[in-house]
Amino acid sequence: MFKFLKITCQEANEICNKSQYNEATLLEKVKLNIHIAFCKICAMYSKQNAKLTDIFKSKAIDCKNHVHCMKEDDKELLKEKLREMSS
Amino acid sequence: MSETSKNQLLKPDNWVDNYSDYLFNYAIVRVNSSDIAKDLVQETFFAGLRSAKNFEGKSTERTWLISILKRKIIDYYRKINSKKGQAEVRMSFYEDGENEGNWIEERVPQSWNSQTEKEIENEELKNQIDNCIDHLPEKYAMVFRMKTIQEFETEEICKELDITPSNLWVIIHRARTQLRSCMEKNWFNK
Repeated sequence: MFKFLKITCQEANEICNKSQYNEATLLEKVKLNIHIAFCKICAMYSKQNAKLTDIFKSKAIDCKNHVHCMKEDDKELLKEKLREMSS
Repeated sequence: MSETSKNQLLKPDNWVDNYSDYLFNYAIVRVNSSDIAKDLVQETFFAGLRSAKNFEGKSTERTWLISILKRKIIDYYRKINSKKGQAEVRMSFYEDGENEGNWIEERVPQSWNSQTEKEIENEELKNQIDNCIDHLPEKYAMVFRMKTIQEFETEEICKELDITPSNLWVIIHRARTQLRSCMEKNWFNK
């Protein structure tokens, strides 16, 4: 009974990664939580994984505020090439 | 007559001034290398010039150029995807036998030093992440960055790179596994 809820550590690991992006299904989350209740290693892993996600998120905020531009020299060079090509 | 009026819709002389930054930014958040982004922009303009006669004026010049750049990005992804000899990710679980799916003893996660766990805002830590991402195989780094750092939707990434969601999750999973061990080695257990 309830065998369908049983997962391996590897599956737990995969669901845990998906849930870092809020993309695990409800059933997957239930399976993961049952597994974590019995498996200390995966419980620790999940906690650490959430920590990594926090770190990545703070990195994401930094990156989003940054707009990249092309260097002026590179632009001039590119203009030159385009002129050559169209003539 | 119609030929000339069509061509007047495109102004290649102004492309660099008007669109190079926009295209460059679009490319670099996906490929994360200014040299590669620069090349992709250049190829986009060249391809644009070559196929200028096919431009029908149904979309704006910018949209049209972006659609060319998108194809260039897919081509680039396919190129790095097919590269042989990529570092294989060390897996943490038994692949078969009675222990299939269980942790391999020596790869069981270790607890982290509690001091470093608090330092999310640390600049050095952020640099360390960049460093670890740069050590991933190129295609893992590209997909991981798009998903985790640029926070694109799964569907969007799959469409842009022409991959399936399950393909994406395998890549994300491997990237995270590898990043974790890199962060552990260089930061959490230092």
